[in-house]
Amino acid sequence: MTLLTAHRAPSRLRVVAWRFFQSAQGRIGFAVLVLLFLLAFAGPGFSLWSYTDKDFTAFLSPPSAEHWFGTLQTGADVYAVTLRGMRKSLIVGLLAALVSTALAAVVGAFAGYFPGWPDRVLTWGTDLLLVLPAFLVLAVMSPLFGAGQWVLFVIMLALFLWMVTSKIVRGMTISLKQREFIQAARFMGVSPVRIIFRHIIPNLSSLLIVDATLNVSAAILTETSLSYFGFGIQPPDVSFGTLIADGSRTAIYAPWTFWFVAGLLVITVLAVNLIGDALRDAFDPASQRPR
Amino acid sequence: MAGFLARRLLNYLVLVAVAASLAYMLAASALDPRSNYADRTPKPPPAVVDAQLTELNLNDRTPLLQRYATWAGGVVQGDFGRTVTGSPVNEDLKRRMGVTFRLVLLGLICGSLLGVVVGAAAAVKQYGWFDRLSTGLSFLVLAMPVVVLANVLILLGTLANERLGHRLFLVSGEYSDGLDTGFWGSVGDRLRHLILPTISLSLGLIAIFSRYQRNTMLDVLGADFVRTAMAKGLSRSQALIHHALRTALIPVATYFAFTFGALLTGATFTEKIFGWHGLGEQLINSIFTNDVNTVAAIACIAAIAVLCASLAADLLHAALDPRVRAG
Amino acid sequence: MTPVLEVTDLNVSFGDVLAVRGVGYSVRQGEVLGIVGESGSGKSVTSAAVMGLLPPGAKVTGSVRLHGRELIGARQRELTAFRGKTMSMVFQDPLSALTPVYRVGDQIAEAVRIHQKVTKEQAAVKAVELLDLVGIPNPAERALAFPHEFSGGMRQRAVIAMAIANDPDVIICDEPTTALDVTIQAQVLEVLKKAQRETGAAIVMITHDLGVVAGFADRVLVMYAGRPVEVGDVDDIYYGPRMPYTVGLLSSIPRVDRDGRQPLVPIEGAPPSPAALPPGCPFAPRCPMRVDACDAAEPPLFDVGPAHRAACIRWEEVRPRAAARHAVPVHLGELRPRQDRQVVLEVDGLVKQYPLLRGSVFKRRVGTVHAVAGVSFDVREGETLGLVGESGCGKTTTLMEILELTEPQEGRIVVLGHDTARLGGTDRMAIRRDMQVVFQDPLASLDPRMTVYDILAEPLRAHGRGNPGMRVAELLDLVGLDASHAARYPQEFSGGQRQRIGIARALALEPRLLALDEPVSALDVSIQAGVINLLDALKTELGLSYLFVAHDLAVVRYIADRVAVMYLGRIAEIGQVDAVYGAPAHPYTQALLSAIPLPDPVRERSRRRILLEGDLPSPADPPSGCRFRTRCPKFRAALTDDERALCVTVEPSVRLLDRDQGAACHYAEKLKVT
Repeated sequence: MTLLTAHRAPSRLRVVAWRFFQSAQGRIGFAVLVLLFLLAFAGPGFSLWSYTDKDFTAFLSPPSAEHWFGTLQTGADVYAVTLRGMRKSLIVGLLAALVSTALAAVVGAFAGYFPGWPDRVLTWGTDLLLVLPAFLVLAVMSPLFGAGQWVLFVIMLALFLWMVTSKIVRGMTISLKQREFIQAARFMGVSPVRIIFRHIIPNLSSLLIVDATLNVSAAILTETSLSYFGFGIQPPDVSFGTLIADGSRTAIYAPWTFWFVAGLLVITVLAVNLIGDALRDAFDPASQRPR
Repeated sequence: MAGFLARRLLNYLVLVAVAASLAYMLAASALDPRSNYADRTPKPPPAVVDAQLTELNLNDRTPLLQRYATWAGGVVQGDFGRTVTGSPVNEDLKRRMGVTFRLVLLGLICGSLLGVVVGAAAAVKQYGWFDRLSTGLSFLVLAMPVVVLANVLILLGTLANERLGHRLFLVSGEYSDGLDTGFWGSVGDRLRHLILPTISLSLGLIAIFSRYQRNTMLDVLGADFVRTAMAKGLSRSQALIHHALRTALIPVATYFAFTFGALLTGATFTEKIFGWHGLGEQLINSIFTNDVNTVAAIACIAAIAVLCASLAADLLHAALDPRVRAG
Repeated sequence: MTPVLEVTDLNVSFGDVLAVRGVGYSVRQGEVLGIVGESGSGKSVTSAAVMGLLPPGAKVTGSVRLHGRELIGARQRELTAFRGKTMSMVFQDPLSALTPVYRVGDQIAEAVRIHQKVTKEQAAVKAVELLDLVGIPNPAERALAFPHEFSGGMRQRAVIAMAIANDPDVIICDEPTTALDVTIQAQVLEVLKKAQRETGAAIVMITHDLGVVAGFADRVLVMYAGRPVEVGDVDDIYYGPRMPYTVGLLSSIPRVDRDGRQPLVPIEGAPPSPAALPPGCPFAPRCPMRVDACDAAEPPLFDVGPAHRAACIRWEEVRPRAAARHAVPVHLGELRPRQDRQVVLEVDGLVKQYPLLRGSVFKRRVGTVHAVAGVSFDVREGETLGLVGESGCGKTTTLMEILELTEPQEGRIVVLGHDTARLGGTDRMAIRRDMQVVFQDPLASLDPRMTVYDILAEPLRAHGRGNPGMRVAELLDLVGLDASHAARYPQEFSGGQRQRIGIARALALEPRLLALDEPVSALDVSIQAGVINLLDALKTELGLSYLFVAHDLAVVRYIADRVAVMYLGRIAEIGQVDAVYGAPAHPYTQALLSAIPLPDPVRERSRRRILLEGDLPSPADPPSGCRFRTRCPKFRAALTDDERALCVTVEPSVRLLDRDQGAACHYAEKLKVT
């Protein structure tokens, strides 16, 4: 145990990070995700083709030195459009996850901490959103997402991802509220809002961070499915979903149009999930003790 | 008890009503049935279009609230209005409901049962080869959206058919049209159509349920009552099956309600990709054809289904757990 | 006579960590062996190893012979044939020892059917007989109940029924009464004695409570750091201990039968972690008799008397209480007379009820729990009031009601001169500064995500004191911790140190009144004594008043000036500590005091126990008239029918018997019981 000088708090972040990188899962997931990000943002620079270019000399041609992942029916370079789509999917996934987890934390904690009408109202709203078929609402609203309005899409996506977490947060807040350290703070005269943000949400941070990570993959998957049917990212933008939809039509005789993008999607989500799992272990105080 | 049940059902009714109304408002304001007439040749005169839209209660020149009132009036009497082509929504959906119901039920049963079995087996030998294998596979499956999974299955099925030299897996529709091979022949045909969609729907569930069952089982494995059971003279495997598995099922049952919404969405994609004429397929089609009434009706059905699932999960929970049942 | 169970040189390791090192003992038929040790001493691991119930990661070496047959390395099938038949076990926590989803009767019948060739019906009949044997009323009906419908004491009886179902030769009891209240503990110990008479089995009794063993065991084995450090006949161990650890343990226990405030002698430090044992004698770092030779090698068990062995190289010099060399906390001269001192807390006719809800799926109200039903007391400046009672008596609810600082449902709470019903926001904040709380579980009451510095600074910040650095260092010093500890997290501390942090936090704002909710009950005896002494010293030093809630009457006797005994939401008896303990007047207080086992084998054997029948009635449906009458030995045996009528119809209120002793009993009569 390292002895630190008094009056200075050691960074908990460092402990978690250390534990995270101790696990193979965490290292692999993190490395893969970093590589994917590099690929998505720096990768297009290495190719001669941009995602809007069309090679009219090569329609649906297999991978070659010229077109690393082959070309589509339109003559577009698969490598270029895939990276472009990945970029969009990653951004959409990250943002939607952040928004939804923040929403889940705040709504759940307030509902759990304040029994009575705040709880009833918030819980009812949560139930309503759970009952509304998310896919349908998003699909119906899809015409609004065109013409660069993808931020709206992110917000709508987030709006349908937070409910289950929020219910869990609410339940944990109720039991946390009975815990002695919360009561101690209460009887010390700490204000409720301060207790929520200083004690309750930090104590659920492991859950929330893991949840945020898993929401990244959930958002990417939902985005893919919506875009697959044409309800998500609208042309001329591309994402994993639109590419997979195009690719699946030609997959049987031109496998490269499908497998590269599907493979990258699976690897992305897998990496994110691995990170989430490793984070869960890194945060778990129970595994802190030597075994 | 009865009073409580009534209150709860009333709450559900309000939720369904609000959800369906919201869905209707949203669909009615975002979808544009008038555009359906735009690319008809010859172009119908605007007055005729107006008349037809009004007839179907789809005219966007009628105020939204008035359309809603008309629609809601019908729904209260059990009539969801008519589709854009003029046929009643009720009849169309009734037929499709059966298709979806079968698919979802089969997927659910396969998915939850296999998931529980796989998860329990993995937990019994934690970090054993089966645990590692099932963990790895479920991670892979959970990283695959249904649209990718279904397409991969279709590709693999096609490949397998080529290798086998005969069509074992049928990837389009619920049954082959115009087949005349007698009763058993048509059962076989239906089964061959059923395999891939069921796998597509249940693989995800197996992955989720197995992870969850594994974790709850691991929580229970160290529990005192498992030790008591072994102290009585039960062998480890007897104690695990009879005492640990049974108790670990309880939290999994509550989890069931949470997965149901995802299951419905998964069924939508599966139907659409495999060409089953169910509700999900119709939902996607109706959005494309700006069929406001069908969209609202499907939203209503989905809301009811989700609430039924949540009620069923609670009842299942009560059936499994005497602590809840009591009192 | 050959021993039934013989354990020799048993070692258990988890990975590189040796949890049990060289344990050996043997028990003969009908003999009771007590294994005593603090948490982490390896006593429970030993018993699990003997039963072969360790988790898969554990490595066991040595020998366990049951009727001469070796169990270590035996095949699983052989072990399952023994388990539950020849050798059975009673576990610590009755709440979790039964499978929640099966009926109690079925679970007992299962134990029968595993080892006997009987039909389902015969097994069910046998299960009912067993439930009857362990003293469960209406056994045929109760057999159909689920575990959650049983109280803790009843569950433990059911577990005992399961353990004796196949007439075993050895019963291993792992802390069988730790989770139970004292009066229920007394009942369960009686049941165990009866079970032993019926089966003639040998019993291995594992406990941390030296009182439980004193009256029950024939021989005692003391464990420390995974190893036996002293073993011998029960009288030799208690009256002639030869190991400084045993001596320390015995003198750190607060005793309910000793008045005059004999100071407790805590053992310094904390038990070593099995992963980092000190060289030589593991107790040496805490031992008051340590010499350099102690660190050279781990001492073996020396023969120190007939059938008495101790692991200390200086055993010849060890004498009872010889270990006392610590400073004795000095009591300052008596304060002004009680009536002249200011009242810091006054509770008058406090009532707290809450709805009783049933079912989590179909939740509905089925009744009202009368948790606190008219409680009155006061605490004056500089004094400690102990609020004692068994679980469910309403003591914690009372405390919480006071801490809420809001208007109670009925009655009045006056804190430091302010009636809580008429408090504004600013006044409430001001009182929060003057009244602080220390909770039972030191780990649960400290936010695990904050450093000690932040934990101690929080009250200061909440009340707008800037720059808490100096004060934090001061506080740590006050409770005997090092200033460098501020940067650590609560998880890095031992239980006793954590509780000191909790106390330091409560003292941060220089309060006048401290509410203590079972502050030492989660700690081991040797550490508990240190915290009690600290609380006592702080009180004198800082002029504090304490409201001390506890279930342990011995601790209260040591620390409190006055005591209030609660039963089922009401005060049964209240008064000056020595008066109440010396000659309790309420039948409940008498039973409670007589149920507490004393760490004194001779007295324990000769004592007459007042056993209470049955369980605490539900607070949702308290008996009419006197709430205690359903279990009252006086009501049952001593009163005439006419006298009883008064108990049934009129609820007694506290009646003053003496200058400062009152009891809520129509027929209160002083009686010496301890």
